Amino acid sequence: MDTFVQQLINGLNIGAIYALIALGYTMVYGILRLINFAHGDVYMVGAFAGYFIALNLGLAAGPSFLTLGAVLLASMTIAALVGMAIERFAYRPVRKYSRMTTLIMAIGVSLLIENLFVARIGAAPRAFPDFLGSQSQLPYQLFGNAAISKAQIVIFLVSIALMLLLQWIVFKTKVGTAMRAVSFNLNSAKLMGINTDAIITLTFAIGSSLAAAAGVLTAQYNPNIDPLMGILTGLKAFVAAVLGGIGNIPGAVLGGLLIGAAETFVVGYGQHIGIPSTYRDAVAFAILILVLLLRPSGLLGSTVQEKV
Amino acid sequence: MPTYIKRILGLVITVGLLMGANAFMGREGLFGFGLPYYYAEILSLTGISIILAVSLNLITGFTGQFSIGHAGFMAVGAYSSVFLTVYYSEPFEQWVATLIGTTLAQSLVFLGAILFGAAAAAVAGMVVGIPSLRLRGDYLAIVTLGFAEIIRIIILNIEQVGGATGFRGRVLPWDGRLIIPQYANFIWIGGFAIITIVVVYNIVRSDVGRALISIREDELAAEAMGINTTRYKVLAFVISSSFAGIAGALFGHFRQFLHTNDFQFIRSIEIIIMIVLGGMGSITGSVLGAIVITILPELLRKLPGDLYGYRLVIYSALLILIMLTRPQGVMGAKEFGVPWLKRPQRRTEGDKPIGEKGVPIAQESQSSALDQPKRN
Repeated sequence: MDTFVQQLINGLNIGAIYALIALGYTMVYGILRLINFAHGDVYMVGAFAGYFIALNLGLAAGPSFLTLGAVLLASMTIAALVGMAIERFAYRPVRKYSRMTTLIMAIGVSLLIENLFVARIGAAPRAFPDFLGSQSQLPYQLFGNAAISKAQIVIFLVSIALMLLLQWIVFKTKVGTAMRAVSFNLNSAKLMGINTDAIITLTFAIGSSLAAAAGVLTAQYNPNIDPLMGILTGLKAFVAAVLGGIGNIPGAVLGGLLIGAAETFVVGYGQHIGIPSTYRDAVAFAILILVLLLRPSGLLGSTVQEKV
Repeated sequence: MPTYIKRILGLVITVGLLMGANAFMGREGLFGFGLPYYYAEILSLTGISIILAVSLNLITGFTGQFSIGHAGFMAVGAYSSVFLTVYYSEPFEQWVATLIGTTLAQSLVFLGAILFGAAAAAVAGMVVGIPSLRLRGDYLAIVTLGFAEIIRIIILNIEQVGGATGFRGRVLPWDGRLIIPQYANFIWIGGFAIITIVVVYNIVRSDVGRALISIREDELAAEAMGINTTRYKVLAFVISSSFAGIAGALFGHFRQFLHTNDFQFIRSIEIIIMIVLGGMGSITGSVLGAIVITILPELLRKLPGDLYGYRLVIYSALLILIMLTRPQGVMGAKEFGVPWLKRPQRRTEGDKPIGEKGVPIAQESQSSALDQPKRN
């Protein structure tokens, strides 16, 4: 039983990270019908932004929630700016072209960010400073052999807080209503007087800052960061968004948690039935294929009839 | 004689010529007519890239289905053909050699291995294509990417083909075939590149090609006109993946070393860049793109500074630039070839209007409208 709880804790923890990134994917798809391939790299940019800020300001590692909070906010801001720049300079000019063009552009931007970082900073992993002291502190014990570390608790709390904040923004504020309107029908929203370009930019900013938060939080749990960390995680977060129903915000959260849990359980229990742990990354893709075959609109999504 | 007999005969003669040329060229001739190995290698890799680019163009450029998993099919073709060659082909080759001589036997066995690779890749294409091709563009891209990664991870976990350390050939017993024999040389590669171009060109100019183009232009309208879109999409996918398998087989036997790192996502992206640069929907464009993208890293090596290390940045910047300035690529959807060169020149003959092809059109006689009684 305690192994199950341990796997569940680990799985939900990874799932919370996927959920934060998946929110960005789902929001952008909701308003633009564009899969933002570069979103995984914004997650990476957030982690590195936090790293360089901490490095350059000489913030010492050591238990300090304040430092972590400051670094988190700073990296979220930087990533929001990066996301807005990507939208303004890369996606907006090609919005009027075909879907394939925007998709190729997204892939191009993603590759550019990754390889720019590899070329300038080097592909070797760096160690993110540990603001929680969780590396030295023993994890808290629950339920016998199950343990939860301080970093994991922080990840849970911060991601829940961010998701609640997002929920408030989207459902209780005017801009949130505008965002929902734009995702419903862009042209009608424009006719209603909504500045759709500004809303789109705002959506990119919010999504990117959430991804950056995910990056900094992951770096607390697993201090190795490298420029290519965004590819696989971003792809899995995209699968999470599709699983939950792309365009659907609670769906992204649900999808993220499910993918995280599935991955951990398959690896954790799979070694008893012969699935080697190297198949970990294939789990998300297998889930993607199953979802797209069986229920393409996702768990919480609604099927939209295509009108000719 | 009926057309299909002519076609099959043509194919058999081509392959026979390939095998013959291979057999009768000397060792230096095989490796590039006396060129240094470096240039021969670039030429061979260019040929392989041409096969990959033209086959991807069939599914992405002409049918409009965005597939970024092409490297996966290349991997399937490479590993399956190399597996056959290393583990199973030696006794067969020796037996055939007693019949028709060693070099011809080698060519025949190699041909068999290539066809086996193509067949395996075609099967993979069908497995990937049938569930995925009902999805819309963005999702199809992700699913093909996912399948390519799954294929790569599966191959990575098969110990018999090297696993994580790469495959150089059978290691034990030492009297077995130690390395992957270097069968591929640019006679084979060039020959298959020409075959690929000819086959894809013929497909595109046939009624199958028209169906594919109509699917690209407007899938619902094509379906409404009675074209079984799923069948044609799967057909294009299988053909394109089998050519990717051929390219993989040639690559494996050329490199004599296989590692799954050669078949990662970045390889699929390189092929996409080739067809985007050249123009999706243009075979000459994809040949052009293949040549440019294969030669580009070598040029970058020669330039001062560490541009070679930045080559991936340059690729992605190139992709973005093309999308911003000329998304249809260099050639657009046009071909450059003899028909284009033979196009009629525009000139007017007095006051006759010029039609689209530059040929004066006969005027609809004005009098006919006046002759008929006006209907009101």
